Amino acid sequence: MKSVSLTVAALAASVAFAGVAAARDQVQIAGSSTVLPYAKIVAETFGETFGDFKTPVVESGGSGAGLKEFCKGVGEDTIDIANSSRPIKDSELEACKAAGVTDVQEVKIGYDGIVFATDSGLPDIAFVPADIYKALAAEVVVDGKLVANPYKKWSEVNPALPDVDIAAYIPGEKHGTREVFEEKVLAEGCKETGAADVIKAAVSDKDEQHAKCVAVRKDGAAVDIDGDYSETLARIAANKTGVGVFGLSFYENNADKLKVATVSGVTPSVETISSGEYPVSRPLFFYVKKAHIGVVPGLKEYVEFFVSDQMIGPDSPLAEYGLVSAPDAEREEIRSAVEGGKTM
Amino acid sequence: MTDIAQQASGQIIAKAPARRDIGIRRRYAAERRFRLYGVAAITFGLVFLFLLLWSVLSKGYTAFQQTELTLPITFSQEIIDPNNKRETDPQVLQTANYPVLVRNALAEKLGVASSNRAALRQVSGLFSDSARVELRDMVMSDPSIIGKTLPVTVLASANIDSAFKGQFDMTVDEASRKVSDQQVAWMDQLAKEGVLAKGFNTGLFVNGNSSRPEAAGLGVALIGSLYLMGIVLVLSLPIGVAASIYLEEFAPKNRLTDLIEVNINNLAAVPSIVYGLLGLAVFINFAGLPRSAPLVGGLVLTLMTLPTIIIATRAALRAVPPSIRAAALGLGASKMQTTFHHVLPLAMPGILTGTIIGLAHALGETAPLLLIGMVAFVANVPATPLDPSTALPVQIYMWANEAERAFVERTSGAIIVLLAFLVIMNLGAILLRRRFERRW
Repeated sequence: MKSVSLTVAALAASVAFAGVAAARDQVQIAGSSTVLPYAKIVAETFGETFGDFKTPVVESGGSGAGLKEFCKGVGEDTIDIANSSRPIKDSELEACKAAGVTDVQEVKIGYDGIVFATDSGLPDIAFVPADIYKALAAEVVVDGKLVANPYKKWSEVNPALPDVDIAAYIPGEKHGTREVFEEKVLAEGCKETGAADVIKAAVSDKDEQHAKCVAVRKDGAAVDIDGDYSETLARIAANKTGVGVFGLSFYENNADKLKVATVSGVTPSVETISSGEYPVSRPLFFYVKKAHIGVVPGLKEYVEFFVSDQMIGPDSPLAEYGLVSAPDAEREEIRSAVEGGKTM
Repeated sequence: MTDIAQQASGQIIAKAPARRDIGIRRRYAAERRFRLYGVAAITFGLVFLFLLLWSVLSKGYTAFQQTELTLPITFSQEIIDPNNKRETDPQVLQTANYPVLVRNALAEKLGVASSNRAALRQVSGLFSDSARVELRDMVMSDPSIIGKTLPVTVLASANIDSAFKGQFDMTVDEASRKVSDQQVAWMDQLAKEGVLAKGFNTGLFVNGNSSRPEAAGLGVALIGSLYLMGIVLVLSLPIGVAASIYLEEFAPKNRLTDLIEVNINNLAAVPSIVYGLLGLAVFINFAGLPRSAPLVGGLVLTLMTLPTIIIATRAALRAVPPSIRAAALGLGASKMQTTFHHVLPLAMPGILTGTIIGLAHALGETAPLLLIGMVAFVANVPATPLDPSTALPVQIYMWANEAERAFVERTSGAIIVLLAFLVIMNLGAILLRRRFERRW
């Protein structure tokens, strides 16, 4: 009998625990795994600098999942900030507004460069978007006609490229990076090679034209990586002739194992990306729930701290990790938008 | 008919010895082959276990050591509080530039001129930025040390730590590695002078997560996992045991109980991510419990563990011989007395073994925690099960995704810690079984 009453007591205690759920005293953030390392650095430094506030909690899980959580509603059990490696979609914003999240502040934190890298043992590679399109697209133009991609080796695509089998490890379709890869590389290459015109002649619907342009071959030469960049790195280590798609910061942290390819003759670096010379880059964002500012302690301070030059300026720890700072004028603009409380 | 039978039997008798001999040889060969298959299967399993342990241990053992710098640091008033305002403005001590103190002490030791800015920046790369918090806490707890020179131990930076442990390939071009030749030369010099040395990595067990590998630790994850295990134990053991006792001893055997039994067996095989979805919908969205909290994680893992515990408990109860029940009932004990005085104590070792194995299973789960927000960067050690926290397998997952080289060894180090916990729990299960097991 004793054990039964003990059990009941334990159950009661655990229910009582739930009852005393105190007001949240910590900023909660979720979203993009690309923004995660930057948000972690800011959160940690924030916790160290502001003794009165706890270190914010940063969840990972992806831009889409983060924005979905963010748009669930207003209140203590919803997150305050969603990190995103792409701008919020109209449909997501509508979902937000329908759930009562009417005031959303968009904050751009800087740019992320996307680089193509190979094992350090391979010769230097210089890509143009057309090469990558021809090597990886599902259908390419041969003699004015669309045919299934016939290329097996990089040298068949462009004689200047090494004579090795095409094996590319590209971000999976749920990755934020995938969109940049499609827009800035495949769509660009589609236009350069003239495939876009052939497709335009064949298909009238605009969306379908675009979809055909960015469709990736499925015969094993292009491998979708749904995990993180560390998985791509492991694939490259296993297949020394493979080409991987990485974030600039990840590449810089593993520069002793990887060799970076130039795109359109430009070597990716913080300088070439911030000047816009290097073509494959994307802005990174976070979205703030304005209704929570002033309610969740530290939220306003965290956002202001994030956009300060101390964090996203050219000499900041984020820049050191690989974030490409926005130009001075743009950073000034971001700060004034944050202070003014501009919503979408 | 009889004629033929006699003929046949006569033949059999004549040829019998030779035939029996052939049969035995064939059967012996079959047995030898079967034994060989068995040995091959075990060897196969052992080889992979060995490979797993080897890859984890060889990569991870270095994580238990951390390179540290011990040197006299002057808490100079000019740097901490140049305008002597700390009496009136406590913010001064909070925001002072503490890393410069370490940099200056190191620069002096290495003979770097204070005007050589490029070299000073390289000196700053030798030690961890976590020195800021360490020195600040020292000064804030005892401001009288300002102006004094004290020996302080600060962490070396992650890159120096990796280089000192020989994890960087030093043969590649200087530009494409994270430490410069100058820094390596300084590192060797400091190591020779005894300033730089490897010590036991206490921080790995105490610190919360950090974006700086050298300061990142499992503290939050360990406490989070402890809370999770506590909640799972407190909830799933009594509920599971009560459910199984009722189903096994009291409930009538009819279609309804059959249906329940089938469902319990099915639930044990449901992928754990499904429980995470359930937890998100019920505990967070409906009950309004906080995100990322071990309480929610514990509830979700309880749901996941319950079927395992119920199945193990029912098996243990069924293994108690009916003669025990019959004897107790025959001596006039009530059904409940029979169960609680005789059956349950005898089934206890089996129940505990099942519970510990269920707990060990729950300890290694990440998937259900993903959706309830426990896969997160958490730096503050949780004080209650309602504060945000992570768990051991989550920490392994998060570190495995980090870009810095120094996180590779920490990932393996965390796996070793998790494996140690699992081994301890399984050993506990075996010991309990050995100690209390009864044979009839």
